[in-house]
Amino acid sequence: MTNGTAKLGTWAGAALLAVAIVLPFVVYPVFVMKALCFALFACAFNLLIGYVGLLSFGHAAYFGIGSYVTAYTVKAWALPPELGILLGTAVAALLGVVFGWLAIRRSGIYFAMVTLALAQMVYFYALQSPWTGGEDGIQAVPRGHLLGIFDLNEPLVMYFFVLGIFLLGFFIIHRTIHSPFGNVLKAIRENEPRAISLGYKTDQYKLLAFVLSAALSGLAGSTKSLVFQLASLTDVYWTMSGEVVLMTLVGGLGTVFGPVVGAFIVITMENYLARYGSWVTVIQGIVFVLCVLAFRRGVVGEIIAFVQRRTVRAPGAATPAHAPGE
Amino acid sequence: MFELLGIPPQALFGQLLIGLINGAFYAMLSLGLAVIFGLLNIINFTHGAQYMMGAFVAWFLLNSALGLNYWWALLIAPIVVGITGIVIERLLLKRIYKLDHLYGLLLTFGLALVIEGLFRNYYGSTGLPYSIPPQLAGGHNLGFMFLPNYRAWVIVFSLAVCLGTWFVIERTSLGATLRAATENPTLVQAFGINVPRLITVTYGFGVGLAALAGVLAAPIYQVSPLMGSQIIIVVFAVVVIGGMGSIMGAIVSGFGLGVIEGLTKVFYPEASNTVIFVIMAIVLLVRPAGLFGRAR
Repeated sequence: MTNGTAKLGTWAGAALLAVAIVLPFVVYPVFVMKALCFALFACAFNLLIGYVGLLSFGHAAYFGIGSYVTAYTVKAWALPPELGILLGTAVAALLGVVFGWLAIRRSGIYFAMVTLALAQMVYFYALQSPWTGGEDGIQAVPRGHLLGIFDLNEPLVMYFFVLGIFLLGFFIIHRTIHSPFGNVLKAIRENEPRAISLGYKTDQYKLLAFVLSAALSGLAGSTKSLVFQLASLTDVYWTMSGEVVLMTLVGGLGTVFGPVVGAFIVITMENYLARYGSWVTVIQGIVFVLCVLAFRRGVVGEIIAFVQRRTVRAPGAATPAHAPGE
Repeated sequence: MFELLGIPPQALFGQLLIGLINGAFYAMLSLGLAVIFGLLNIINFTHGAQYMMGAFVAWFLLNSALGLNYWWALLIAPIVVGITGIVIERLLLKRIYKLDHLYGLLLTFGLALVIEGLFRNYYGSTGLPYSIPPQLAGGHNLGFMFLPNYRAWVIVFSLAVCLGTWFVIERTSLGATLRAATENPTLVQAFGINVPRLITVTYGFGVGLAALAGVLAAPIYQVSPLMGSQIIIVVFAVVVIGGMGSIMGAIVSGFGLGVIEGLTKVFYPEASNTVIFVIMAIVLLVRPAGLFGRAR
């Protein structure tokens, strides 16, 4: 990352945070909360595809199981929301350990197919188990009181709770990417045999990244079930896995803010197209095709490329053109 | 009447038959996926949608002014859907061969969404009935079970198609060219063979196979826009289990897993939806490259 883009990143982060604080007063809070949950989900997904180079086509499993566990424990066991979310995240992480342990035996296309098939198992489990409520899902999930004090039924209180969770998740991912651990992940993405020959046990790194990604997806799903007070089969279906891929692709694979931007774009699009029924699927598909053919860097990726070109071209710029590979 | 392991033989053989039928579709679809993957290095996510299109073309032909019957559909549907496949390959897929394989998966996934969405838009999610051709109506009583003629036909015909494909690829000079192009396209092109055209034709053929499976499936399941996405994920698991190294591997694992799924329905129905995924997990533990795959 060049100086220019790093600076841009800081500014963009500050601007986005300011927007996030003002937004619920301007727009319908539930809409923004939905977008934030999906933004966290997409960031978690991006950790795998963007920084380890593993395309998971089954992330709905972790999102969905988080959603179901939180909805069930909060409703049936009357757990406080913070414990419900913790449990949902923990179960998603456990599922990530098992599925990740199986899936990292293959890479590339096979990895995508394996994760998709494993996730479909979770879907059938949710369809058949008595506690998940089958086709109805778990409805009327109580939001409860955070730490026994804050009433989450207040839209604004709920909103800032969700924003807090999103920022926490985003911070964890940010720290992971910029840690020595994150650099090993990038090394695996670029050249796995070389990383192995340098003495890194790449399977352990991949598994840890997978579990982290699954846990944060679970956190997103758990939060979503409290926002909508609903956990349903949509959360675990393969279309959900496709949706998170789409968000990340639109925003920009392997960029820090890309998934956030992509999630807001896709959610907004779906919001406006909702009344057209199946056309939403058609348009999603067209966006997929266009992104792959002509727009592979995504929105944020294009912005970064644009800024980098400007920085290099500007005469007498403070930062000289950087060596390739940085 | 005797009983086998406490299961009445009618139920056992009935499910075995359904398993074989499903296995026939798994085999034809995973065969097409394997052939396409061999040459294009793309996992064709659109395969399920193209299988569904095959069934719909059969339905259109029957209900159009022409009123063409099942036997015409068996011939026309693979050609029509194969041509749409060729158009897709020429317009879209050929632009991404130089990119990471994952983009191929994403592109074909997008196409699958478009096709499925369009069909769902016009035909809803409920199935349209397609009746069994009169020549194959009825069945035979084999003593231990009742065998409907149409089901026997599906098994025999799909087996013949699979083995025919295997023969062409493994035993003819065209197949030898194809396998050579899979190994080293640049060298094959240097020998004066038009590899891009070979790729186009191969994709059309693989897609045609999917459409043929769709026509066969139309009288058994209903013709529904959702039929493709329901089967494609299972077929992916079949492909992971079999490995994409060999044509025969795709056929054997397709039929074998269909039968296992059918037997699970008899002995432990709750697991029948997931048994193939469980087997996939076990195979990943024991032989990550797949039963017939080559380690890479």
